[in-house]
Amino acid sequence: MTDWMMMTLIGADRPGIVAHVTRALSDAGVSLGEASMLRLGGSFSIMMMVSAPEGEAGLRRAMTPVLDQLGLRMHLDPVDGGLHRHQIPNVRVRVNGADRTGIVADVTGALLDQGFNILELDSDVAGDSDSPLYIMTIEGYSDRSLDALTRAVEGLGVNASVSPVETLIG
Amino acid sequence: MPVLNILKLPDARLKQLSTPVERFDDALRAFIADLEETRQAGPAAVGIAAPQVGRFQRIVILDCSTTRKPVPNHGHLILINPEISEWDGYEIGREGCLSVPDYTGNVIRATHIHLKAQDPFGEPLEFDMEGYEARAAQHEIDHLDGMLFIDRVVSRRTDLFRRKVYRKGRKKAEA
Repeated sequence: MTDWMMMTLIGADRPGIVAHVTRALSDAGVSLGEASMLRLGGSFSIMMMVSAPEGEAGLRRAMTPVLDQLGLRMHLDPVDGGLHRHQIPNVRVRVNGADRTGIVADVTGALLDQGFNILELDSDVAGDSDSPLYIMTIEGYSDRSLDALTRAVEGLGVNASVSPVETLIG
Repeated sequence: MPVLNILKLPDARLKQLSTPVERFDDALRAFIADLEETRQAGPAAVGIAAPQVGRFQRIVILDCSTTRKPVPNHGHLILINPEISEWDGYEIGREGCLSVPDYTGNVIRATHIHLKAQDPFGEPLEFDMEGYEARAAQHEIDHLDGMLFIDRVVSRRTDLFRRKVYRKGRKKAEA
């Protein structure tokens, strides 16, 4: 069985981060699994499953030059997870509202009370600095009814809509 | 009736263009029975297309009558030489595929379509489809053209949002 580590990389965004990092990993014989790579507020973030033949020490050795070159910080965690363990979401929740502290906590807390498991969450701040608008899309799994979930996110002072995700297999 | 072998990526044959059916004979109908058995043998697929089992002819089976939450549908359909003549609206939805196991992704599809096809005896069929069934038809017809849903997967964060903004902007410019 493959031993996976979760590699987190953060640094100021610039062209070439992904290419250089993955080349260094490839040269060291490291396998990659599932990954999420995203520019957030001018920083580039990578969260990636990696499996290194020479373990954590070998991985750190292989990565040091590219981390220095690109000004990246790295964090490694051994994880129990593996590939092919996807959960398919059955509910999508879209939220938007005038930005204020606590929107995410309020909405996700209300969903948690309904046994909702978040599988994916994207959020962004749109508008401008005078009137920022918080926009969030959540996909996850819940066995409660859409009505129950809709009631749960009503009255939180944001626009929130709950819709089914009926995954089509064809 | 045998369950047929499903081609899976990275099998390059899935990218092949399928040709129209010209002979509506017993051999065609026997193949369709096998294709249906294959669809039912796997994970709850609402559709299957002939090229997914390595037969590169324009044959599709659809059945959106058994979804967890009922959706508008025309029941069990066998569509030979299907063609979409009209598209309207678009929305994002999650898709997976028998030919791409253990992967799902978000795809933009038309919400309303008008579709013409033939039945297994060559008789003409016409349908107005909406929502989930329209999505399933587009997914299966894509197979006939060597397209898979992963060729159309979008990033929700950027793609749909930008399209909407772009369309609004264009309207304003025209006004």
